[in-house]
Amino acid sequence: MAEPVLQVSGLIKSFGGVLATDNVHLTVLPFETHAVIGPNGAGKTTLIAQLSGALRPDAGEIHFKGRDITHFPPYRRSLAGLARSFQITSVVQEMTVLQNVALAVQAHRGHSFRFWHPAAADRELIEPAMERLEQVSLAERAHDLTNALSHGERRQLEIAMALATDAELLLLDEPMAGMGIEESSRMVSTLQALKGEKTMLLVEHDMDVVFTLADRISVLVYGKVIATGSPEEVRSDDAVRRAYLGDEVA
Amino acid sequence: MESRSANGLMGKVLNLSFNGWLMIVVLVIFAFAPVLTEVFNQPFYLDVATRLVILAIAAVSLNLILGFGGMISFGHAAFLGLGAYSVGIPFYYDIYNGWLHFALAIVVSAVFAVITGAICLRTRGVYFIMITMAFGQMVYFAGVSAEEYGADDGLSIYVRSNFNGVLNFDDDTSLYYICFVSLLVALYIVHRIVNSRFGMAVRGAKGNEERMRAVGFNVYIYRLTCYAIAGAMCGFAGALLANFTDFISPEMIDWTRSGELMFMVILGGSGTLFGPFLGAAAFVGLDVFLSQYWVHWRLIFGILLVLTVLFAKGGITGVVANLESMLRRTRGRGSSAAKADGEGPDG
Ligand SMILES: Nc1ncnc2c1ncn2[C@@H]1O[C@H](COP(=O)(O)OP(=O)(O)O)[C@@H](O)[C@H]1O
Ligand SMILES: [Mg+2]
Repeated sequence: MAEPVLQVSGLIKSFGGVLATDNVHLTVLPFETHAVIGPNGAGKTTLIAQLSGALRPDAGEIHFKGRDITHFPPYRRSLAGLARSFQITSVVQEMTVLQNVALAVQAHRGHSFRFWHPAAADRELIEPAMERLEQVSLAERAHDLTNALSHGERRQLEIAMALATDAELLLLDEPMAGMGIEESSRMVSTLQALKGEKTMLLVEHDMDVVFTLADRISVLVYGKVIATGSPEEVRSDDAVRRAYLGDEVA
Repeated sequence: MESRSANGLMGKVLNLSFNGWLMIVVLVIFAFAPVLTEVFNQPFYLDVATRLVILAIAAVSLNLILGFGGMISFGHAAFLGLGAYSVGIPFYYDIYNGWLHFALAIVVSAVFAVITGAICLRTRGVYFIMITMAFGQMVYFAGVSAEEYGADDGLSIYVRSNFNGVLNFDDDTSLYYICFVSLLVALYIVHRIVNSRFGMAVRGAKGNEERMRAVGFNVYIYRLTCYAIAGAMCGFAGALLANFTDFISPEMIDWTRSGELMFMVILGGSGTLFGPFLGAAAFVGLDVFLSQYWVHWRLIFGILLVLTVLFAKGGITGVVANLESMLRRTRGRGSSAAKADGEGPDG
């Protein structure tokens, strides 16, 4: 078996009395699309937040490409090759779409202690940023401010920013949340185009989407991973049917 | 894209926004201030203009962290004080070398900014405001308790910074132009910085700190650097101020002074290049005008600040930009470009 991209072991996080992450073990293999599903409040966002460094786990370890990143701050995880999108969209306000992506490029082109040359005229930033925008079909909005974007476009922008960091692993927290049918099918095709090229950890609610995109699925219930396997395996897993799919799908 | 980029300098001038015009008019007036005050025989107003320009440099430096960086510092006057004492204390020991005074002002302010900023920038929101204010007051009380240098009463400076004949600080007109050119340089530096990669990192962190981290920026280190640059620039202004007033005292550092600088930035338009200068002009203008009628007018400047925040978001620059887009709209020439120009850092 290839060396895993991401190896999570014994991860624990509690909020007061709530065990949001309960001894989670998770392995993400190179270039797979690994979906994490589970009912609301299962701890999916909490898990992503710990992987991206926004939240500190109480216990456990996170290894990324063999490196222990458990104690890395978010920016160092990003520099190591991990990118996240947020369940609640998060882009830089009062800046254009292009500037947002250019910033993501800039963060990965050495230090930013460059005080004189205008960044807007910096082809080393603008060209790759435009490429990423084309990749998510947002190029025509490049010069609009982010608050002029629709919800779906903002999500596309988040993907472009993640791609602009040249991340190897994308952590995507419900990238289709709150989208209309048209928008979400656009997102699905964007992700489908990335499938096999990037490693993805995808938190998603929509079962159709999950079964379309995922190579493997982990099921999270009350902070615990109760099953991991191929879509077929997970679909036929008794514990999963009882705890989750049963009442949702039926 | 739209065809708003007419070619050549002429095209650029014709395409200027209202704020662009305002900037040019204000700069021309100030460039000829000594001539104007001479013609109208009002030397008092050259003094006013000099003070205004020095305070504008301080406001421009505050704007770098407050307006562009979102770091709401309520202790910025500390740097004015450090700069001023960097002139006053050497003078007290008969050291008049101006190069030394100004180098000291810049270095001391930058070092103080790095040390205090390293602590302040670990906090957020109201805590940041409070702790910057606390450090400012610390410098204030250091001044008050410095018996050797006049404590509360301050220290008169009888010999201004000496630049071995390269720069003349003793002649009023010469001093004015030194301050005015310093302001232009400060504006140009800020203009370059905020549009550079560094500036984008700092502005991005104002827009969405968590996002910037997630995307790979060490936000803290860029903010701290920005804080140090702003501190050094304000320290420089402090050294000018000491030379201009021939006097230093802890009163220059008091938190109300920091509040005044903040007022200038917000009144003029925070996060715009030229706003702080306009704000400083408005503040000093009001000061001169209202003081004739009521010496305690500053008591109401808090109210003015609240009114600005409530009704004129974006300050003077914002109001002018809104006026322009309103006029353009009624003339049927729809233009959101005007607004973007006015509020952008290049405004
Ligand atoms: N910051 C927090 N403080 C307290 N409780 C939290 C916090 N974040 C999440 N929780 C709790 O942890 C559990 C998991 O939440 P979350 O990770 O958001 O679930 P999911 O993303 O799977 O819907 C929930 O019970 C939630 O109430
Ligand atoms: Mg969630």
